[in-house]
Amino acid sequence: MKTEIVLSYLRKDKLPHIWCPGCGHGIILGSMMRAVHKTGWKKDDIALVSGIGCSSRTPGYVDFNTLHTTHGRSLAFAAGIKFSNPRLNVISVMGDGDAVAIGGNHFIHAARRNLNITALVFNNYIYGMTGGQFSPTTPYKAIASTTPYGNIDKNFDIPSLAIGAGAGFVARSTAIHVPGLDDIIYQALNYDGFSVVEIISFCHVQYGKRNKLKTPLSMIDWLKSIALPIAAYEKLGEEQRRDKIPIGIFKNIPTEEYSQKYIKEIIDPNKSKDSILKDYCKAKLYDL
Amino acid sequence: MQKKRFMITVDERLCKGCENCINQCPKKVLELSAKLKAYPARQEDCIGCLRCEYICPDFAITVTEIKGDSNEN
Repeated sequence: MKTEIVLSYLRKDKLPHIWCPGCGHGIILGSMMRAVHKTGWKKDDIALVSGIGCSSRTPGYVDFNTLHTTHGRSLAFAAGIKFSNPRLNVISVMGDGDAVAIGGNHFIHAARRNLNITALVFNNYIYGMTGGQFSPTTPYKAIASTTPYGNIDKNFDIPSLAIGAGAGFVARSTAIHVPGLDDIIYQALNYDGFSVVEIISFCHVQYGKRNKLKTPLSMIDWLKSIALPIAAYEKLGEEQRRDKIPIGIFKNIPTEEYSQKYIKEIIDPNKSKDSILKDYCKAKLYDL
Repeated sequence: MQKKRFMITVDERLCKGCENCINQCPKKVLELSAKLKAYPARQEDCIGCLRCEYICPDFAITVTEIKGDSNEN
């Protein structure tokens, strides 16, 4: 019933995709397409931008305006698209390394400026495509190809980072809580401002095989055991919280969007928002 | 009230045999075939929860409700 909806948004000649059998990224892609279907946007009104990595293969399979850019610069290109054509709904897809390691600066500054972009961070705890090196989100004591004795670095909490940088909509979900994930992505897409959704995916090939979670089933069971709704997480004591991750919407407040603010305060302060946008698009030969 | 019936189709071109659907199905409807693709072994048990559709990373599974009474005799 739902697969037909997903397939209607994909480039069917490019399937099957390159992701490993059982990879969480495919599940998230399906969820994203169902959320886009729910918004009712036309395919030509959406721009999907990505960087480099497993997650960034997503635009190759999706039948929107798509862009596959350099490592970590997905949000920089997305900001450019949003400025040149504010009528487009821009979605930026990033991996964990893409968003908070190489593209960390772009991430915090995009959150600070509050452009109307939906940033989806596919967090699989590892650099999967390049051979399983540890990333800034690799958990404490987890083994990666570059940390054979266990990772001693403290890992990034992406929602806290996004809230600290000033994003208006911040949420986290996992690849296995699928109907809930559809709803969270739908809310993020509809939010007027910079919205961040961290989606915990799983990589049983690069992360799992080194951490006693070799099959997709064991990774799914592991995710089920660590993910908790925010309300249940807050009831736990300090000791019990250590191995758990809260999922849900952390922040959802209305904010002033940057491109609207730019047009209003820099281009013409007297005109109304809509008429400025219309003139702006007319001058650029876009039909609104 | 008559029990709802569902038909499961697996696109063998897309299925990679990851067993996600087999493990997530609450009624153990799906099994792995000799070609290492999922197939509905006990289709009459399906309750239409769509877990297999949601969890399939390759968009290979489609669950459709069978309308009409082909069962009456």
